[in-house]
Order: sequence, then C-alpha cells, then structure tokens
Amino acid sequence: MSNLKSRMLPDSAGHFGIFGGTFVAETLMRPLAELREACERYLPDATFQAELDEDLRQYVGRPSPLYLAARLTARHGGARIYLKREDLNHTGAHKINNTVGQALLAQRLGKRRVIAETGAGQHGVATATVAARLGMECVVYMGSEDIRRQAINVYRMRLLGATVVPVTSGSRTLKDALNEALRDWVTNVDDTFYIIGTVAGPHPYPMMVREFQAVLGREARAQVLAQEGRLPDALVACVGGGSNAIGLFHPFIEDTGVRMVGVEAAGDGLDTDRHAASLCAGQVGVLHGNRTFLIEDAGGQIRETHSISAGLDYPGVGPEHAWLKESGRAEYVAVDDKEALEAFHELTRVEGILPALESAHALAYATRLARELGPDGVIIANLSGRGDKDVHTVAELEGIEI
Amino acid sequence: MSRLQHRFDALRAHGRVALIPFLTAGDPKPEETVALMHALVAGGADVLELGVPFSDPMAEGPPIQRACERALKHGITLADVLALVADFRRADGDTPVVLMGYLNPLEVFGYARFAQAASEAGVDGVITVDIPPEEADEYRRVLGEYGLDPVFLLAPTTTEERIARICDASQGFVYYVSLRGVTGAANLDVTEVAQRLAVVRRHTDKPVGVGFGINDAESAAQVAPIADAVIVGSAIVNRIEEYGDRPEELREILREFVAGLRHAIDGATAPKVSTA
Repeated sequence: MSNLKSRMLPDSAGHFGIFGGTFVAETLMRPLAELREACERYLPDATFQAELDEDLRQYVGRPSPLYLAARLTARHGGARIYLKREDLNHTGAHKINNTVGQALLAQRLGKRRVIAETGAGQHGVATATVAARLGMECVVYMGSEDIRRQAINVYRMRLLGATVVPVTSGSRTLKDALNEALRDWVTNVDDTFYIIGTVAGPHPYPMMVREFQAVLGREARAQVLAQEGRLPDALVACVGGGSNAIGLFHPFIEDTGVRMVGVEAAGDGLDTDRHAASLCAGQVGVLHGNRTFLIEDAGGQIRETHSISAGLDYPGVGPEHAWLKESGRAEYVAVDDKEALEAFHELTRVEGILPALESAHALAYATRLARELGPDGVIIANLSGRGDKDVHTVAELEGIEI
Repeated sequence: MSRLQHRFDALRAHGRVALIPFLTAGDPKPEETVALMHALVAGGADVLELGVPFSDPMAEGPPIQRACERALKHGITLADVLALVADFRRADGDTPVVLMGYLNPLEVFGYARFAQAASEAGVDGVITVDIPPEEADEYRRVLGEYGLDPVFLLAPTTTEERIARICDASQGFVYYVSLRGVTGAANLDVTEVAQRLAVVRRHTDKPVGVGFGINDAESAAQVAPIADAVIVGSAIVNRIEEYGDRPEELREILREFVAGLRHAIDGATAPKVSTA
C-alpha cells in the first residue's frame, strides 16, 4: 500500500477503499452535506483552530502527559511502556477532545440542541459537559443495560443538565443508542446537531472525529521524540468504535517503522459468540451509515455483542480501521474480559492509576508486546480513560457490595 | 414493461390513486404472512410493500421496530422472505410486490444473487432505506439487470438538485417521505407535502408515492389528491400487533381497514360524476 495515499483518505465521498461512505436515510443527506461543508470551511480555518486549541489547553487540560510506567515496565522486563494519559483530561477520557471540537462546529452552524449516543457514558458525559458550558440543550441516548452498568456516569450527565433517554430496543446497548439518536436526528433535523462519539457513522464523521482526536497522537509523537529521542516501536490502543486508537495512530501512519496495534474486546473469548471483536472476527457489511466490519449472523442481522467494558460493546468499528486492517498498516488483536480485568488491577496496584476497563484491554496487550519486544523496545499505550466509572462493575464481579 | 409500471399506468388511465399497504414479512409469524398479503389485496391494495426484517431499523418508529423484533424471533431470513413472495405469487400474479428494508441483509446475500432470487420469486421493486443514489451504482445496475425496479426516497430535506438525481435513479415510482421523522410519526403536515410535491413534479413524470404518518382514512384522503400512491405502514402493523394471536380476525380486520382506506382515497380523488 501507499502510506502517503492513506494519509489522504477518505476520498471526497468518505470512502476508505471499499469502507466508509454515506449509507443513511434520505432525510439525513442534507444535514450531512452541511456538516461536510462546515468541516471544509472551519477545520483549516486559523481562527477556528485557535479557538479549539485554547479550549483544549484551558478547558480540557491538554497536553496530556506521556508517562513512563516504570514499575509496570520493570514487572514485565521488556520494552519501556509509556502511557498517553488521556485519563487526566477534563471528564476523564479522550472523548472530550472530540466533543469540544464538534460543539464549536455546532455553534457555527447555529444549532442550539445537541444529541449523542453513549455506551460507557464517557462520550455522553463529555457531550453534556460541553453543552452545559455553551448553554445548549443536550439529549443523550443510552442503552438501558448500559444505564444499569454505568449509573455514576448517568447521574453525572443529569447533574450537567442533560436528558438521558434509556433505549430499550434490541440489545439495549451502544448500537441501539446509536439507532435511537439517528431517529431523533431525522425528527429534529433542523435545529439539532448530532455529536457522534466515535470514528464511525456516515461521512464526514469518521474523518471529522479523527481530526479532533489526532491531537493526542500529535502530542504523543512530539513527546516520545523529546523523551526517548526516537519514535516508538509500537502503538497500542483499544478499539470499540476506534476513536482513541485513530487519534493515536493517525499522526504515525507515514512512520512505517512504528507498529500500530488495535486491541478489541474478546469478551468471553473469540471462540464463543460473546465478544465484540468486529475486526478480528467479523464480516464486511453496512451499519450506521458506513461499510465496515460487523458482528453479524449469516443473514446480515447484527448480533448482540459482549464485553466487560460498555465502551467496547459495539458490533461495528470505524471504517478507517477496516481500511488499516485490509491494507496491513495496522494489526488488530483481541483481549478477553479476564485479561483486561487483570490489567486493570495491575496498573492500579503498580502505578497507582485506575484505568478504564476499555483502556485495560490496551494495557493487557501492551505488557504482552513489551515482553516480546524486549528491553530495547519502546511502546506507547493509550490510557484512553480513567476507571472510576468502572468501580461498581469490578466490585460486582468480585462479589463486593458498595 | 414492469408490473409496477403497468399497474401505475392502468391506475392513471382511470384517474385513480394507488393504495400501498405495508406489512413486515414474518410478523406475527412467517406462516401468516401470505394470507395477510391476500387480505390486503382483497381490501383494495394496488401494490404491496413487504418489509424485510432487520435488527437495526434506523428509520422506523416503535411499531415497525417491534414488528421486526417479532419477525426475527422466528429466525426469518431474506431467503425466507423471498419464499413467501413466491408463495403469494402462486395465487396472485398481478399485484406488484415491493420489498422495503435495509442494505445489510442484501450486502451479505450479495446483490446479484439477491436480484436473481427476488426476480424469480416474483418481486417487482426494492426500497432500501439506507442507500442513497450516490452509493447505489452497482445496486441499481444489478437490480436493473434482473428487471427489478429500485425505488428511491425523497425527504422534506432533499435539496432540489438531489430531487432531480433521485427521480432519475428511481424506477417504478418515487417514494416521498412526508415528514421529518420515523415511520408512524404523528406530525404530518399535508400543506407542506403539497408544496414539496409541486417541486418534485417539476422534475419527474414518474408516479410519486407518499408515506410516513398516514395512519387512517382521513389522512389518506388528505394526501390522495396530491399523490399517485398513498402508503400506509404503521397503522397496519399496529393492528397486526394487537390481533396477532387471532389470525382469522386479524385478516378480516386488515381487509376492512384497507377497504376503508380505499374508499376514502377513491372518494377524495374520483372524478365528479353528475347525479342529476
């Protein structure tokens, strides 16, 4: 493949090779065209970028540190493991990088109402946060199963003034929340801006969200050059929809010596039907506006997924990841619930950092890869969010009542 | 000439407006579907719209979402839906059948394999909610090869430039989505529909069907004078949900409901005949 070419993707219609595109109901074609025009106009605009940079510095708290996890590294006796500390951002995850950017676009389009879907609740919180700050109405759709798992984030959103709508259709998780948000959007299309939380959905979302998340990869690249004097051997990030991974990978795409590894949720195991690893174990299909890898049955019905982490519990994946897999530029692996939980506990006890269960999938693989690469290696693992929201889930699994 | 075009030409020659009821294949049970299709025709349907169940029906309101869930509980597949159409065709060779659904089951089936099987089963047209003409070159080519009409949708938000493009791509008829929202929504504004259809008519002579939000004889009668076809979905599906466990009663209720719609549409559109 040509790496220079992949840096230029998607094409003008939002295609990454055969992936991506715009597969939506007709009603949404016009707001998507407006959004494309807004991206073309404002993303290269110096005033817009200056405002975004200011928000990222003063409100989000960027840049986030690139932290050498020395004790974690020592325990595994291999490559030096650096953590990109997105957990230290305001609201506790990388999600806010994107919501700050999309909210600025919503403002410029004159929209006073924002909607979002959320799985773990991190994107919902990040959306409710920027809506509160800008005085916008905010409605967040969340699967009723996820509401149960993520009670703290639900309450945070309500404190921030958002309306959290439980979604009881289908599997009652992130994919169903996305369906319901799309239904809201077709109904309230004139005054509503849909803030999608990941690099999926119809064009221009995968491209736009990538552009807003790439700040973390640009920082990481400059930081590792400053701290190590060289590029890393590998990048490791968890992949549900894939926004934190794209944010980390994208600025390194032309650095062909840097391996890029996306870690999916293997749930109970890839040999069971309870996982959420669409790139490792899915087939090509069309869902939520784009062509990508999906977890589906032989008839094209989307299957229910499972992961201990609500944020990875999604049957699709961003189309750029599908392209990076097909082109061979990135590799994708899967880590199961058990191994992710072990990584969660390990980082907490060894480094004093409570990682999100999503990020724990990346950590689990990073330690494995560190042993493989040996002491001369350097790895950056994306610590995409903090784990406070998962304390109840972990306690419940261990039979502890809080 | 396709069965759809033939049917619309005949209706137009008699100054009549088509009635297109919708039901989801396999709802409440796959073995009821063919009998329900015949009941809709007996009530006065000109064309049938048969929903292909999908796990993630993004454009549907709660009634058709639940219909999909009921049908999928029986494990119904796209191949099963085509078998139901073939079964329907054994007793009815005239009424056009249009499938309505989402792209993913067709993608997985394969466009060419689907088009061949659908054509053999006696399907006449295909409405796929989530494929705009911009993504549909291959889809249109393959459907056309097997004599199937790809029906595309227009929405209140469609720009005039795209109206022309969509009308050009659509075969059989053009589907005008009458409101901003999902199927079965309650915010139909007939005045706005009339204004938008006037714009659409500037771009096409093809029949224009109007659907979404038409749920009773009154709204059907309001839309009929400005449309070539009146499409009624959720109101039928709601009755299927309510009477699903009483198959004989359900068939009779659907036949009567459709007859009522038929009467209202004909009453609103029939040429005035002097009774003096």
